[in-house]
Amino acid sequence: MAITNTSVEITINGMLHSLDVEPRLLLVHLLREKLGLCGTHVGCDTSQCGACTVLLDGQAVKSCTVLAVQTDKQTITTVEGLGTIDHLHPVQEGFWEKHGLQCGFCTPGVMMAAVGILEQNPHPTEEEIRHGLEGVICRCTGYQNIVRAVQYAANLTESSAVESEVAASNIHREAYEGR
Amino acid sequence: MSGVFGGTVKRKEDPRLITGQGTYTDDVKLQNLAHAAILRSPYAHALIKNIDVSKALEHPSVIAVFTGKDIEQRVGPIPTAWLPPDSDIKATAHPALALDRVRYVGDGVAMVVADDLYAAKDALELIAVEYEVLPAVVNQEAAMDDAAPLVHSDAPHNIAFHWQAGDATDEMFESAPVHVSHRFVQQRLIPNAMEPRSSVAQYNKSTGSLTMWVTTQNPHIHRLLLSGILGLPEHKIRILAIDVGGGFGSKIACYPDEALVGFAAMELGIPVKWTEERRENFLVTTHGRDMILDVDLAGEKDGTLTAIRVRNMANMGAYLSTAGPGVPTILFGLIVPGAYRFAHAKVDVYGVFTNTTPTDAYRGAGRPEATYLLERMVDLFAMELSMDPVEVRRKNLIGADEFPYHSALGLEYDSGNYQQALDKAIGMIGYETFRKEQEELRSQGRYVGIGCTTYVEICGLGPSQVAGAVGFQGGLWESSTVRVHPTGKVTVFTGASPHGQGEETTFAQIVGDRLGIPIDDVEIVHGDTDRIAMGWGTYGSRTTPVGGNALAIAVDRVIDKARKIAAHMLLTVEENVEFDKGIFYTNNEDGAVRQATFQEVVLQAYLAWNLPSGVEPGLEGHSFYDPVNFVYPFGTHFCMVEVDRETGEIKILRYVAVDDCGRVINPMIAEGQVHGGIAQGIGQALWEGAIYDDQGQLLTGTFMDYAMPKAHFFPEFETAFTETPAPQNLLGVKGIGETGTIASTPTVVNAVVDALRPFGVRDLDMPLTPEKVWRAMEKGGESA
Repeated sequence: MAITNTSVEITINGMLHSLDVEPRLLLVHLLREKLGLCGTHVGCDTSQCGACTVLLDGQAVKSCTVLAVQTDKQTITTVEGLGTIDHLHPVQEGFWEKHGLQCGFCTPGVMMAAVGILEQNPHPTEEEIRHGLEGVICRCTGYQNIVRAVQYAANLTESSAVESEVAASNIHREAYEGR
Repeated sequence: MSGVFGGTVKRKEDPRLITGQGTYTDDVKLQNLAHAAILRSPYAHALIKNIDVSKALEHPSVIAVFTGKDIEQRVGPIPTAWLPPDSDIKATAHPALALDRVRYVGDGVAMVVADDLYAAKDALELIAVEYEVLPAVVNQEAAMDDAAPLVHSDAPHNIAFHWQAGDATDEMFESAPVHVSHRFVQQRLIPNAMEPRSSVAQYNKSTGSLTMWVTTQNPHIHRLLLSGILGLPEHKIRILAIDVGGGFGSKIACYPDEALVGFAAMELGIPVKWTEERRENFLVTTHGRDMILDVDLAGEKDGTLTAIRVRNMANMGAYLSTAGPGVPTILFGLIVPGAYRFAHAKVDVYGVFTNTTPTDAYRGAGRPEATYLLERMVDLFAMELSMDPVEVRRKNLIGADEFPYHSALGLEYDSGNYQQALDKAIGMIGYETFRKEQEELRSQGRYVGIGCTTYVEICGLGPSQVAGAVGFQGGLWESSTVRVHPTGKVTVFTGASPHGQGEETTFAQIVGDRLGIPIDDVEIVHGDTDRIAMGWGTYGSRTTPVGGNALAIAVDRVIDKARKIAAHMLLTVEENVEFDKGIFYTNNEDGAVRQATFQEVVLQAYLAWNLPSGVEPGLEGHSFYDPVNFVYPFGTHFCMVEVDRETGEIKILRYVAVDDCGRVINPMIAEGQVHGGIAQGIGQALWEGAIYDDQGQLLTGTFMDYAMPKAHFFPEFETAFTETPAPQNLLGVKGIGETGTIASTPTVVNAVVDALRPFGVRDLDMPLTPEKVWRAMEKGGESA
């Protein structure tokens, strides 16, 4: 039962990792057990709950259904790469503002799914958000505030295009003034 | 930033949770961590003839394999911690690993410890167990039959206990002008907290101390029970449960798995982790509900309710779980009369062993089951009299001027204004208008219905004398320590152990409000038995009414001492010092106002250069608060539904909830609790249910077979509060965590049955799946 490991190169949260992995190793276990990225959670092992959702080349996928070897030469974003507390991603900000979480266990996966929804449809209706969340289960919130959080993020993204132009000009001015 | 009590404040716990920095038990990584996996019985009832672990031991990654016989002398059985009095309870303890017999699918048979998780699971398949399969029994009514197989030889008819309360005679029902009888089946539910259970244990042989991270709602109770099970003194055990991914009651119980992990770490001298798979969660984490309820209701022709009687056959599963026996007895039985003026009530409960997973608390624990039967019965009673169900409720609700109210089952309801909540909900849903529209829609062939529930809940699980009187093997007070640091920042240590309820924020609001300091200056420490002296945990909506009031008292003790120091600083006597919004001040006879900030006084307490005589340095407040009574939240929920004639599918058109939990600390968090509760209650009403086959195999053992509600299953909930302060606690607070689950289940079923009236349907057992509803419409009448 000797198993030959396979070499892979995966970019995770902007960092290139060269790894030797067992062919049967699930992506979620690579992230959690080998790389210590424990923000991605395992809620079911059967691809139902979505707690393990990450972005694979920008697409929301369930990392308990993906083998680590399948992600060779690809790019992965986990919740740790989404935003920091000083620079929250609009979706993270929405979840905090709108009380989109209670125990927080499903939250990283739900947020990654929300990023995926907004990627495909930047201005979703309430109904579209609810259907977009088909792949995730939250037992705490009754989903209402998750829906509000995604709406908040959508609105924020809309207005942030304008704001980022302003921010860019400020940075330019600060650089000019030698700050 | 003072005065934040009652204000919407964003949660302090969220930054770590939304950035992936939370620490749930399975996130704990330790040097040389070994992984455990547990071999579980595939049969519901069987004798173990032989276990051969030799092949598993040959696996290069396997460190050890343990069977029941290996640990029998070392790991005590898992005890039952709630023994209802006068019930002749057969509390057969659960061995951590089965010895000669398995009693449900999932019962632990052997444990593998390996240096790799995948290897530990591989090795399970290398263990050969020889079983002799025995007949199983899964239904509690069948289990009471003479011919049923016995789950435990010392429990004839599989009766684990028989408990009664109240008084109502046959004659009261037989001679009543109106008498309605009905049987309800409360289907079994699977709590399904999104975080599976997990335990990590690390033993230090030189100090003899065991540190365990456990997914638990009550770390100190786990410490107490594990101390007995593992034979270690309490002060040598530390239990940590900082971030816990939901509980809903299922993380109250002490489980064999935790004891096994602790034992393995002690035995092998290396840290060991075990994390449940979802499949195991379905099989072995406690289930909820599962009651067969025969109910009689008596009343007058004018709609006055007079007496209620319930016979409850409760399925306890194969063993009595930690708090299991308390659910169908005390938590269910005492609230059966609900929010109404019943003169008489009687409850008769049989706890029954079957070859199924043990049942224990699930959100609401007993109170949803009681409220469901009562609210369905009130609708059946109204139907019998051709009265409007809202009118029957209005006529029987306990009046606002009748509190404190003594119920027919001996409870003293603290305060309430049930009519106000009902009126507010009627206004929000537009009840009268809907009734008119309903006739019109029916004539168009559209089957719409409206349902309501007026409820009262018993929560804030407290008075320790009551806990003792009802057989709970513990106290139900709560502890809090408020430690003020020299700079005026505050650390609070609370024995309550939240798992999603947002107490790091609401407790900081309580402190910020009383001390007049920003909530960012307050840190709440919970879920660590080494840092917190003692506590009884979070369940039964007790955290705020019990733990929150312990905190408020501890803060006030801080203020009392600080006032003495302030008086000394302000050259006056204590009586002349006022404290408001973080400032101690005095108005002297000369008219001059002198003042000192809280921070200035705190610094003096620690510098101790010039303290009043008899006052010790430092500033801490402690409280071990034991409430004088339970608290009784209440409210009214309404739901409108439409049933699809062709498919039987139910669409929830609107859902309105008016709840009263006394004073609301943080409306956003309270609303969130209500949303989640409603979703779980609707889940039971419409979709969820655990199903066993006759051999005791769980047919709904994954998320593919068990209907977990998704986002698109629900409409937007319309929620509101009324505020009737709790009169017997300092903060005036009640509980809010379970109200939604308690009220929503009967509300939705009442609405669906109302929609199905044209078909002559009086009742349907949950869950109201499309097929069941469609068949009812085809046949008319009750569920076949």
